[in-house]
Amino acid sequence: MTTRTLISPAQLGRTRGKVAYWTVFAAVMLIFTLVFLGPLYWMAANGLKTTKEFVQTPPTGFPTSLHPENYSHAWDVMDLSRLLLNTLWYAFGALAFQLVFDVAAAFSLSRLRPVFGKLILGMMLATLMIPATVLVVPQYLTVLDVPIFQRNLLNSPWVIWLPSVTNAFNIFLLKRFFDSIPRELLDAAAMDGASPVRTLWSIVLPVSRPILGVVSIFAVVGVWKDFLWPMLTLPDPGKQTLNVGIYSLASGVPENWLVAALGIASLPTLLIFLVFQRNIMSGLTAGGLKG
Amino acid sequence: MSAPTLAASGESAGQRPGQPRRPRRIRANTSREGFARALRRNLSAHGFLLGALLCFAFFSWYPMVREFVLAFQKTEGGHTTWAGWSNLSYVFHDPAFWQAWRNTLLFTGLALVLGFALPFLVAVTLNEFRHGQGYLRMLVYLPVMLPPVASVLLFKYFYDPGYGLFNRLLGLVGLPEQQWLQSTDTAMVSVVIAATWMNMGGATLIYLAALQGIPGELYEAAELDGAGLLRKIWHVTIPQTRLILSLMLLMQIIATMQVFTEPFLLTGGDGPEGSTTTVVYLIYQYAFNFNNYGSAAALGLVLLVLLAGFSAAYVRLSRGSED
Repeated sequence: MTTRTLISPAQLGRTRGKVAYWTVFAAVMLIFTLVFLGPLYWMAANGLKTTKEFVQTPPTGFPTSLHPENYSHAWDVMDLSRLLLNTLWYAFGALAFQLVFDVAAAFSLSRLRPVFGKLILGMMLATLMIPATVLVVPQYLTVLDVPIFQRNLLNSPWVIWLPSVTNAFNIFLLKRFFDSIPRELLDAAAMDGASPVRTLWSIVLPVSRPILGVVSIFAVVGVWKDFLWPMLTLPDPGKQTLNVGIYSLASGVPENWLVAALGIASLPTLLIFLVFQRNIMSGLTAGGLKG
Repeated sequence: MSAPTLAASGESAGQRPGQPRRPRRIRANTSREGFARALRRNLSAHGFLLGALLCFAFFSWYPMVREFVLAFQKTEGGHTTWAGWSNLSYVFHDPAFWQAWRNTLLFTGLALVLGFALPFLVAVTLNEFRHGQGYLRMLVYLPVMLPPVASVLLFKYFYDPGYGLFNRLLGLVGLPEQQWLQSTDTAMVSVVIAATWMNMGGATLIYLAALQGIPGELYEAAELDGAGLLRKIWHVTIPQTRLILSLMLLMQIIATMQVFTEPFLLTGGDGPEGSTTTVVYLIYQYAFNFNNYGSAAALGLVLLVLLAGFSAAYVRLSRGSED
């Protein structure tokens, strides 16, 4: 038997209960589909309209004539291939940096236990308590002229990649997962004389696949969704992300093309979501509240 | 503080006998090998930490310190001087400061009514369904995956007073048309509606997971006592999810008080007569439109002090929840 909820099975079994259940269910299905899929349908449909039909009142539900060429116009005029490639480059670079540095740090804090490890973890977690937006201004000034290295990171991918590593929440999630790996497994490796790198690579990483998946998805989606930071640090139009590029070109392009561009920009993360739905949902509820 | 525990757990085997008062010194002298091994172990452990540590140092910890320093500095004509409290007093005397706070609190308040209550209501409803839960869950989370520029520009079109969808819907049910983003009365509400649509998925899923952990016997017991639907929600559902509800409430407050992207993309930040200027937008303006980093940092400090209390409460609550 599945666990019972608010409304008792007996109540649901009665005719009145059944009618009420199915009425509410149908209403919720309808409203949710309209509210959450409706805008996506609107985006797809209006991307296919002519400019004239787009601004016409009353609006048409389905385009009277289909213009798929809007999508290719948008692609060319807004240079979407460049924006898309830029965003991919930033997203997967950030993913690589987070996987390497954050996993190594979490492994060290969890298993190698260096001197001052607790203090370091505490200082990392403390960054979660500072509102992120407060740090935008000093962070911006820092990347303008990185101390010691004297480098200006503006318009370079490093400006996205390196700060993405400072994700204390990821490190915390990974560390908790590594903590839960049975001791015997690692002791056995140590007996066989495995070095830390080897232990991490052949024992810890293979059993950590679920958490690595979750961290990876959130890393990619995080870059895909970010707006303020890339807007500030990538002023060169040739280096911008989809969000920033489309935003800065939005006013100079016909509406139907712009909406077509929005559809193209949304597609990658929607696909990620449809493919990795289960991992995303479990990651969200597993780690969602333990910050 | 962490050194003693480390010494105990790390290299206990060899040096137990000679540990009376100054373990450090003795350890180094009596067993060279243990010390060398410990050193090597620590070196490799810190080697693993190095990448993350450097990133944190440069892009988190240093900016944190810099935020405090900036708030008390002034930069004019290329050289920087100490400004004492003048940045803070400038910020407090700026009429935009009070308006930004009023707007931000309005946003936070509205977002709590919509963005906090609605996901819970939705989760409680969905949890009762024996069919289609996966589909409905997916629908609610869908907007979270859209790039903000897409969802926000979509809403901008829906809000258009001319051909926009929303006025059309209002017309269908016989309500008067609205100016939405163009009027001081409705601009902030419009921003909140869009923001709620974009962001409610995460909270809904977290509530759903929490609801699924409530033992069914509690509802049975409540029914034996003659409790109706609302009483069951009030006396079982809410108390059973209280911890998560309060954590989410704190998280919402912290997040909504930092709102920037939604109003910035929907109304350009200010909105009609500054009706959607939020505190973070004001920080942005000080820093990037007026090149006044000192005032931006000072205002950031005000926000930080206000949110520190909520953050501390959040950390305390979630610590308690871990055992």
